[in-house]
Amino acid sequence: MFGPIAKDFKNQRIELGFKVLFGAMTCLLIVPVIIVLAMLIDRGGPALSWEFFTASPTNGMTAGGIFPALIGTLWLVLVALIASVPLGVAAAIYLSEYAPDNLLTRLINLAIINLAGVPSIVHALFGLGAFVLFFEFGTSILAASLTLAVMTLPVVIVSTRESLQAVPHSFREACWNMGATRWQTIRRVVLPNSISGILTGVILEVSRTVGETAPIMFTGAAFFLPFLPESVYDQTMAMSLHLFVVSTQVPNVPEHLPYGVALSLILMVLVLNSVSIALRTYLRGRKKW
Amino acid sequence: MRVLVLVGGVSAIVFVIAIFVFVASQGLGFALGELSWVEFFTSIAWRPTSDSPTYGSLALIAGTVSVTGLAMLLSVPFSLGAAIYIAEFATGRVREGLKILVELLAAIPSVVWGFIGLSIMNPFIIETFNVPVGLNVLNAGIILALMAAPIMTTIAEDALKAVPDGYREAAEAMGATRWQVVWRVVLPSAKHGLVAAILLGVGRGFGETMAVLMASGHSVNLPTSPFDSVRALTATIAAELGETANGSDHYKALFTLGILLFTVTFVINLIADVVVRRGEKD
Repeated sequence: MFGPIAKDFKNQRIELGFKVLFGAMTCLLIVPVIIVLAMLIDRGGPALSWEFFTASPTNGMTAGGIFPALIGTLWLVLVALIASVPLGVAAAIYLSEYAPDNLLTRLINLAIINLAGVPSIVHALFGLGAFVLFFEFGTSILAASLTLAVMTLPVVIVSTRESLQAVPHSFREACWNMGATRWQTIRRVVLPNSISGILTGVILEVSRTVGETAPIMFTGAAFFLPFLPESVYDQTMAMSLHLFVVSTQVPNVPEHLPYGVALSLILMVLVLNSVSIALRTYLRGRKKW
Repeated sequence: MRVLVLVGGVSAIVFVIAIFVFVASQGLGFALGELSWVEFFTSIAWRPTSDSPTYGSLALIAGTVSVTGLAMLLSVPFSLGAAIYIAEFATGRVREGLKILVELLAAIPSVVWGFIGLSIMNPFIIETFNVPVGLNVLNAGIILALMAAPIMTTIAEDALKAVPDGYREAAEAMGATRWQVVWRVVLPSAKHGLVAAILLGVGRGFGETMAVLMASGHSVNLPTSPFDSVRALTATIAAELGETANGSDHYKALFTLGILLFTVTFVINLIADVVVRRGEKD
């Protein structure tokens, strides 16, 4: 009497149908990208060598390696981090630990969303108008890095806020009950318990910064430089712009070279993101609460 | 300390205002003065370097809209489908694996996507459709769709996950199948979040620069088919800014395009925020 009836079988078929349909849609999003990545590895792989990473471009950028672009990207990332991490962490602490539910908080949140949503080329215009011209940093690592810092600030704020909020409220209450001030609680309890979460956010920011191209085109990255930057007031080459240049601006580039640059760039980004994800998963498994 | 961290929070507001002020200060004088608005919005003649320069941006707007539109047409259904699969059907390791994969796909830089459009999609489109040029609306649209999809999937999946499990259990207790639960209970409850996900995807497509610059063919053109090359607003700034003299009309015209881009993305984000808030109130 309670056995399956015809309607149940029909429902099961519909159920399976939808599961397959949505599963197929998921695959259609992922599989093409994996095929494309396989092609990048196939065509760019042979270009990668020790020399590729340690030599300068030669012969009008049609041969040689990517060393100055690698070093330049390192400069840009470091200076951008120095500017954005303290600011972003402070903003996250305010939003997570202090902010009352008022108009200002809402405006800050809206501003963060907008900062993340403004097109990268508009950030470039801002960087040019503000850092290059107004503050007279010139086209330099400093101007480019500050532009990148403003652009990636939301990444730090959002991920830091998340890891701060993941610390249970009872930890804070216990600390307040001991007579600790709000700041002492943050300093001694909240931050130590979320520092690794903040780190995963910083790694994500590094990955974003490495890949950005438009914001640095007019603020500090150069198509080609015969020397390495010596201070933050110098221009520099960068991996992302280098890929744009060798794939669109330079004639007679052998095919493997831009593929090699693209593959190196994507490997850097994927490794950084994988480390961040692995760290996050590890921390989640180790959590005591 | 409270003041110090407040400064950090307020800095986000300051930066958004500063972006508008600095972009507007270079472009607004020109936009309100020399520039003819009728020409700007109705003419397709973007000829900033000719002897009598014209600044019609209709073709650039059409380029951006056609590429973004095609990208959304392709990516919205698939992103929502993928989000439903990950949130409602997949379980255990499959779900975790898919989430990580989607997150990694979202990390691929736009200049790499542009390179993929240029070097892999371009010959593929030429061969498959037997057309002379593979850098066109179709190419940029597909590239943009693949770029925007992981982001929309992630946000949409978050919106679905935010629907309390009690709703699902109540529906299942009534004898509803999984699909009925999704269609009748989860999707209606999550609709605000899903709309916000789509809006953020649109904003992303609208503002994408390097990928569109490299994959769309970059010719000023009112597109009549997906195989036409177009040029986007963002790409125009990226390609021309380096060659203009500071303070020239051309330079200011590019900042005017920047004002347009800033305004549109600002409005899209604002609407998304309002939609999400309304969802929270319900």
